[in-house]
Formats: sequence, C-alpha cells, structure tokens
Amino acid sequence: MAKTLFDKIWDAHVVREVAGGLTVFYIDRHLIHEVTSPQAFDELTARGLTLRRPEQIVATADHNVPTRHQDQPIQDPLSRSQVDKLTENCAKFGVELYGLGHQYQGIVHVIGPELGITQPGLTMVCGDSHTSTHGAFGTIAFGIGTSQVTQVMASQCLLLDKPKRMRITLDGDLRPGVTAKDLILYVISQLGTGGATGYFVEYAGSAIRGLSMEGRMTVCNMSIEMGARGGLIAPDATTFEYVKDRRFAPQGENWDRAVAYWQTLYSDEDAVFDAELQFDASAIQPMITYGTNPGMGIPLSASIPVLNGGSEATSFDKSLRYMGFQPGESLLGKEINYVFIGSCTNSRIEDLRTVAAYVRGKQKAAHVEAIIVPGSKQVEQQAIAEGLDKVLAEAGFELREPGCSACLAMNDDKIPAGAYCVSTSNRNFEGRQGPGARTLLASPLVAAITAVEGRLVDITQYLN
Amino acid sequence: MEKFQTLRSGVVPLPIENVDTDQIIPARFLKATTREGFGANLFADWRYTADGQHKSDFVLNDARYQGHQILLAGKNFGCGSSREHAAWALYDAGFRVVISSYFADIFRGNALNTGLLPLQVSDEVLQGLFEVVAQDSQTALTVDLQAQTLTVPGWNEVIHFELDPYKKECLINGYDDIDFLISQEAAITAFEQQRSWVF
Repeated sequence: MAKTLFDKIWDAHVVREVAGGLTVFYIDRHLIHEVTSPQAFDELTARGLTLRRPEQIVATADHNVPTRHQDQPIQDPLSRSQVDKLTENCAKFGVELYGLGHQYQGIVHVIGPELGITQPGLTMVCGDSHTSTHGAFGTIAFGIGTSQVTQVMASQCLLLDKPKRMRITLDGDLRPGVTAKDLILYVISQLGTGGATGYFVEYAGSAIRGLSMEGRMTVCNMSIEMGARGGLIAPDATTFEYVKDRRFAPQGENWDRAVAYWQTLYSDEDAVFDAELQFDASAIQPMITYGTNPGMGIPLSASIPVLNGGSEATSFDKSLRYMGFQPGESLLGKEINYVFIGSCTNSRIEDLRTVAAYVRGKQKAAHVEAIIVPGSKQVEQQAIAEGLDKVLAEAGFELREPGCSACLAMNDDKIPAGAYCVSTSNRNFEGRQGPGARTLLASPLVAAITAVEGRLVDITQYLN
Repeated sequence: MEKFQTLRSGVVPLPIENVDTDQIIPARFLKATTREGFGANLFADWRYTADGQHKSDFVLNDARYQGHQILLAGKNFGCGSSREHAAWALYDAGFRVVISSYFADIFRGNALNTGLLPLQVSDEVLQGLFEVVAQDSQTALTVDLQAQTLTVPGWNEVIHFELDPYKKECLINGYDDIDFLISQEAAITAFEQQRSWVF
C-alpha cells in the first residue's frame, strides 16, 4: 500500500497498538534543556525510576543562559539554579551535557543537526515546541510537555494518537529577497495560527527542494505556529551532504547502509494525505508580521487588513492596540528600535552570512540596537573564522554568545515595553520578548536591511 | 494526579481567541525547578501592572468570578510553547476545566497529564456559553466526566463532549501514562532489538 513519508517513519516506530486507537511509540533521540527537565528528573526519582536509555539523551543549556560573559557565573540566581540543576541531574543520571563553556553548547535545535544527532528516519522529542525543526531531515520530531519528558526518560516511549497527514506543496522560483522564512510566514498567514492543528505536515515542491538545510530547518521550525504537531521534508542529496562527516553521523560502511535506507524515505506517488494545499512560491513576497500571533503576517509592502466583524474581531482589535497599529495602514516607514537576529528559527551560519553580506561596509541606523545571537558555539566559531564578527562589529551589530536570548527573554536580553523589534525568531506573542515589547517577525535579510535603514522599507529596492 | 469525576462550578469568561501559553504563563516565570506555585503568575501580564498592582479590567481580578473553577476561552486555546507550566499554572490557580471550541495539541495533552480537563464544544455552544455567563456571572455549569456531559442551567439539552476513552479512565482514576508505559517493558525491549534504522 502506498505510504506517505510520515507513515513510513511512524509505522517503523510502533511498538504496539493498544485499545482505543493509541500507539506505544518509540523515541530514538531525546533532547533536553534546563527549563523543562528538572521536574521530570524529580518525578523519576520520586517514583523510584531511572533513565531507560541515557545514551539516547543529549542535554544543553540554552533557554536561560546569558549571552554575555558566559565564562563567568550566571548573575540571575534563579537562572543559575536552573542551569546548575541540569548539570547535577546530567551527572547523576549519566546524560551527555553540552553545557555553558562546552564547544558544542547552543540552542538545542541548532546543535542536534550540526552534530549529526539529527538523522533521517529517526524519531526525536524535546520539551520544546520547536522540536519540529529536526523534521527538515525527514525525521518525526515534535515538542512534548514535561510529563511526557518523564515518560520518555522512563520508557523511551510515548502513548500517542496518530496525527492526520497534510502536504503543503510550494512550487516555483523564489523572487529576489525572498527566503525560507518568507515562505513559512506566508504559509502560516494563509492557514492561521491553528490551521494545521491535529496534522503532521510534509513540505514538498520545487521551492522546498531548492532550499539549503538551514532554510528547510527554518520552514519546519515554524510548523507549530500553525498548530501542526510537526513538519517534515523528504531527505535528498542536500540532506545527505549536510549530515555526512558530522560528529555523530554514521561512518564508513554504516554511512552507505544509512544512505541506502534514507533514500527510501519519501511519500509514494499515490500516497493519500488527509489534506493537501498548494501554493505558488514565485508569487510570495518578503513577509512581516503586524500582530500578536505568527498567523498575522502580510507582504512587507502590503497594508494591515481591515476586519469586518466576526468572532475574531475582539482578538484582532486587542492585538492591533497592543502593537500600536491601525487596520488598513501600511507598515512602510515605521521606525524600528531593535533588531534581533537569532533563535532556533534563524541563528545558523547561513543566516549570519546573509546578514554580514548585506551590512558589509554599511552602518546600522544610530537609533537602532542590533543584536546577533549565534545558535551555537560552533556557529559562533565559524562566524569568527570567516571574519563575519568583524564585518558585523564594523556595521554596529553586537555579536553575542549562543542561547535562546531575546526570542523568549528568559535571560537579560529583553526588548523594553512599547519598543518595536524586528526579530528573526518565531513568535510575536504579547510580551514574548519582554513585557510590553512589540515584535515583528521577519527574515534575517529583512532584519539586516531594517537595522541599516532604521525603519521598515520595501526591501526589494535595497538588495545588493 | 488528582482524580476528576464531576464538577459543579461557576465560570470565568475569557472571550479571547488564540490565547497562547506565553500569556498563560510568561517565560520569565519558568525558572522554578518544581511544579508548584505557578498559579500566582497565571496570566501575569494581563492580570498585573508592571509594578505588580491588579489590573481592574482583567476578568481574574473581578470579584464576581472569584473561586470559579471553569475557564471559558475563545478558540485555539493554549497555542504556542509546549510548556506544561501553563497547565500547572491553571491548575494551581484552582481551575479544573477549560472550555473552548478547540485546543492546541500540546496544551491538550499537557492539561490531561495535569488533571485539568480540556472540554471541547462547538463554536455555537461556546458562543452560547459566553452569552449565558454574560447574563448571569454566577451561572454554575455541571461537568460529568463519566457521562461526558456538560449541563447548562436553562438549556433544554445537555451538551455531550468527546474524550479519548483511555484518557477518560486516567482522569477518573487519577492515573497517568507512566505506569502504563512501564508495564510495556517486554514489548519495548523486543522492539529495540529489531531497530534497523539506527546506524
């Protein structure tokens, strides 16, 4: 029987089906971090249990870490205690930890792929909704809550109902200045913030196949922003080339066997999806969000929609009031106070190269504070090796140390109340970047141009 | 996990759609390493001013709704982050049921694992419930989990709601998934021996 990519991987991981349609589902790799793991370790201890497969867990400290002076003790006592707790738990339970100061430390969804932990055909979970990122490799990867973190720790399994399958096909050549981030912001703007709830999404089409692995990760990363359980892309030569020779990638004969298997991971031609959507990628323009959920996106040069009543009106009005925008107005010319380039969506070397290539020889606007937070120590070191740090510094951008940073503002990297921030992260929720902060989501290219101009512009007029 | 069987309680109406988990519990309050105490910061940025004063226009600060254990919220409740702390915060603040016309997947799972019932109704029923509560802030609803019914005073018919039968048994008895998964040890071990895709 014809199968979708999702079904092939799902079926391979069914330990058994139980009454009521639930599945005991096996998890190959489990990523943990300091925020959603302490209660899980405690629960394990309280029940007299231990880790079933510690070798299938990798830990890092990312959500809560400072992005300056990582060589010094963390100032915030609560953040420090959470990071210390992770270190203690990893030592006690025998989990590999890439903590602060380690050469592999970084955002959990950046380090998994760059170390070759993320591989096609695997199942991966993490107590973080952006675990969908790893789907870019043809992996079933999704975020879980802390109770489920405990379950995977104890049994290496979860009890799941099988999601429905959706395929989103994006065909066509991208316009100049349009990137992976614009594709996914466009798709989310079409589906809305709950439009894929209950589905696992496969992204397909020539525009997806044409993306680098970094671009594919950006797309899969934001699957959760339209409610999807996860997103994935069939692995191909681009995937194999990225994974090859990475720290934990299969080596030698195992590599050949792995690739032979990975080449079977695609949706069969006559596979049936529960929902199919198609978009013309050549019509997509550089995108920006104007509201307080990621579904509230428009082309940069378009105007904010005007809503005529309906159940959404109250939330829409509340959102625009928070942002200080009016229905029907254009965003072009709006002054911006902060630019944040980072997060598990856009903090990889390709993102830093894009920004550096644009700002080389230019200066950020005087009133803008521009922060770049690399996704990992390895990204940071690569940027330095390529001299990007100097280019960015000369343009007035501050290159920080790795972490989740101002994406969720758990550390000191907060946007002040009322300030506007063009951010390459994934969520523009109220207060996400700090109480009262106003976030506009965009690509690294839009962010770089905005930093230089100091206001929102039609970027197609500014391309190098 | 506490057992959940029936509940008769007043309602707290929150007619906002797409309430995300960053609103339910902002990230800066996720630094605790235990499960307790998150209720104090439930909806913190909607509930308190920057200097910690109660905002008079937010429903949780409205004396009429104090002690009510059912939250009535617009569609797509709990979208965004996977933080189970959102469910813990609602539970810690005294809520036992959230009614909406749909829930984000991860939140729904987290709520069930916390002993908080995510009760899904149609858009029309949700609208009707908001109207009932707007007319009488003291309206008490009855949730019967065994019968899977929601009873609304003055309505001719009870509302039936769907719930996975396994999850229903878990809530009624206060069980969680860990005990069940541990009991699958033999099957899991057998499965691990035939994994051919790990290289």
